Amino acid sequence: MEPLTWSGALGPILNPIMLAALVVFALGFVSNLLLTIAGARAGDVQINPDHTLTIDRTPVDYALMAMKYAALLFVACCVGYIVGGMVMPTIEARGIIGGMAARLTPVWIALIVVFVLSITFKRRLGLYGKLFDSPIGMVGFGLVMFWIFSAAFAGIVATHGPIDVISQMRNEVPGSPLPSPEDGQYAYYLLGGDNLGRDVFSRMIYGGQEVLKITPVATLFAFMVGVTLGLPAGYFGGKLDTSITFIANLALAFPVILLFFLLVTPEIVAAGVPQYMSMVLFIFPIIFFVVLFNSRYHTQPPKRNMLVAATLVIGLVAYFSLISNADDPDMPLIFRIWPEPLDLFDIQGNILIVFVSVVFVNSPTVFRIVRGIVLDIKTRDYVAAGQTRGEGPWYIMLWEILPNARGPLIVDFCLRIGYTTILLGTLGFFGLGVSPESPDWGSTINEGRRLLTIYPHPALPPALALMSLVLGLNLLADGLREESLKD
Amino acid sequence: MGLFILRRVGVMLLTALCLTFVVFFLTNLYPNLEKLAKTQGNARMTDAEVASWLDRNGYGGPMILRYGEWLGVVPGWTREADDGTVTGRCIDRGMEPGEAPAFCGLLQGDLGFSTVSDDEVANIIGGRLGYTGILMFWAFAVMVPAALLIGVLAGMKEGSRTDRSLSTFAIASTATPEYVSGVIFIVLLASSTAGLSPWLAENGWIEGRTLFLGSARSAMEGGITFWNFTLPVMTIALYGMGYIARMTRASMAEVMTAQYIRTARLKGVSFRNIVLKHALRNALIAPFTVIMLQFPWLLTGVVIVETLFNYNGFGWTLVQAASNNDIELLLACSIVAVFVVLVTQLISDIGYVFLNPRIRIS
Repeated sequence: MEPLTWSGALGPILNPIMLAALVVFALGFVSNLLLTIAGARAGDVQINPDHTLTIDRTPVDYALMAMKYAALLFVACCVGYIVGGMVMPTIEARGIIGGMAARLTPVWIALIVVFVLSITFKRRLGLYGKLFDSPIGMVGFGLVMFWIFSAAFAGIVATHGPIDVISQMRNEVPGSPLPSPEDGQYAYYLLGGDNLGRDVFSRMIYGGQEVLKITPVATLFAFMVGVTLGLPAGYFGGKLDTSITFIANLALAFPVILLFFLLVTPEIVAAGVPQYMSMVLFIFPIIFFVVLFNSRYHTQPPKRNMLVAATLVIGLVAYFSLISNADDPDMPLIFRIWPEPLDLFDIQGNILIVFVSVVFVNSPTVFRIVRGIVLDIKTRDYVAAGQTRGEGPWYIMLWEILPNARGPLIVDFCLRIGYTTILLGTLGFFGLGVSPESPDWGSTINEGRRLLTIYPHPALPPALALMSLVLGLNLLADGLREESLKD
Repeated sequence: MGLFILRRVGVMLLTALCLTFVVFFLTNLYPNLEKLAKTQGNARMTDAEVASWLDRNGYGGPMILRYGEWLGVVPGWTREADDGTVTGRCIDRGMEPGEAPAFCGLLQGDLGFSTVSDDEVANIIGGRLGYTGILMFWAFAVMVPAALLIGVLAGMKEGSRTDRSLSTFAIASTATPEYVSGVIFIVLLASSTAGLSPWLAENGWIEGRTLFLGSARSAMEGGITFWNFTLPVMTIALYGMGYIARMTRASMAEVMTAQYIRTARLKGVSFRNIVLKHALRNALIAPFTVIMLQFPWLLTGVVIVETLFNYNGFGWTLVQAASNNDIELLLACSIVAVFVVLVTQLISDIGYVFLNPRIRIS
């Protein structure tokens, strides 16, 4: 079989148009720059005596207009590749781009549904709805949702399994056909094969799943730790504040990369250091929720008791299942006393380590942000009103200050998921990631970089994927900040 | 002011002490020492043999004492073997036991001996830091002016088209970590099979087979050239640039809404003069802090870039030391890293107070 071309049957039509659009855009940009330097200005709107408006167009306006239409044409071509690729009858006519677009069909459908629904009801959806007033926020949201949906539908989207090896496909270029495809097997490696003969496209999709499984949860835990410590530090101040801030600064001054290397070395893992750290870090969510319910409902003992008991039971079972690992006899005794039948799940060693290091690196920064916000908010009138009513300090912190700090916190949450993704990628890049076989993006970049100058195709897709996800999260955060500042 | 600096330095020293102890603790855990004994002695040692080896080589005592020895505040250990030869922490090879100093640690400038490279740690670290210093210098020389320019251009007219496009660029650059931009740069500019290089070489516009070199190894021996050093410098500079540019933009935009700028406009000062003479000075105070605080981030970047481009500087040494269980070298690396982080924090705190006339420390 012939290898696939990038653009399939649509290529001869769309490629020249796209190239022309690019050239026009570049020409427009250069001439705009030259004209601006030469002193030409864009035309102004003038109000005529008869109350009509006229805009006189200068050469700068024409240059800008050329750039705008070229950009639109370029986007139209991209859409053409995707839509055209999806409707083409055979895989040969679809090409690589069309083939990928066709595999991603469920993702496109889900994206369209989400956008149509959200835009229709955006006035009733609060801050989330307002996001759809900002183009930047929409682009960011789209990128993030793209990766979320492709992770959710990874089983349908991916053409092969993440660790399926076909040894003849080692380092094959994108669009290579399989040597002897079986029935029901996808007959091509859309983005080529990596150095072991695994499908790069499928690994990229499954890698997204891997990344999105870890980063939001890790960020959430970092927030729990940061909020639980930052609220009292900012609210009470004094010695408590000084000591927690000192510890946070200590953790912040610790070079991230050194910490990763120290935590992930097998000797330190054998000594149980990550386990002890997880013991400390995972207790914070339980403390947070117990205090949250207790401060709110302590005037209604029956309700309070029920909620606190439920939190404790669920939280502690999960906590002990998480930290204890009875099967591993090398573990220190403290991690093996939890009875086996109650040990609901074990986390594979490396995931726990990666998780703990990422949470540990993120939480001091969250702590500082929360503390700063609390210092600002605690001078507000509604806090004084709460204090006059005789509310307890924890009620004021958790039910008065925290809800009012949600804007900056949500924005920071988005940014921080992006940052966590970068950290996770860094771990993978140094071969300290989840597991050597894992398709997560950092590890795949690490594998691909060895032969980068000869075979660029295995490292490039995960790199671009990671970049687009982080970019999406940053743009989303930017859009959210802009919209939340408007009111 | 003097008291403020004194207190900051005190906190810094305390932090340094805590952090070095944490690193010392983590690198001197029993499994690390056991591995060290087995690589230095015999891979098939029994537990008892490991314990006696550790005892003979001064790893036996309590952790806090060994930390003191390493720091140079507790006298180094000495031990007399059965045949009368005296060994000790401070007794280097070929040195008479009587001549050896009592203390030898960080405070005396003795960083120990690298077990893997078979050399004094101070010798290794010195040369490697020099290489990294060159890389950092060029990265800063590219990053700071470019970031300030972008930030000022974007911030002088908030919401304009220039602002939008430059801000998007800044966001994109903060979303591109070094290991992504490095990979993209290598593929685009330094690969003989993909990107721009084959096309340029075919037309005879470049001399070699690639536009830039994907490895900076030759920069260490043959000197730095545009060809071998552009990509590492660009890769480091790009990630840090976006953040500084965004901070500069925010600060510039804030200054441009200030009363005195409006007064200047109403007086009829030209826009160019407003930006250059009135706004720029005040807008550059906040970015100073940010630039200083970029050093710790650059440290991670340097480790990634040196690994990616095979440049044997400080970051590369850190990776090697960590993966080879080279305890003394790793400790020295972490000292340098912690020192860089803390000193830049100190400079940024003090510099901010000096630069900003609105802050007065009583």
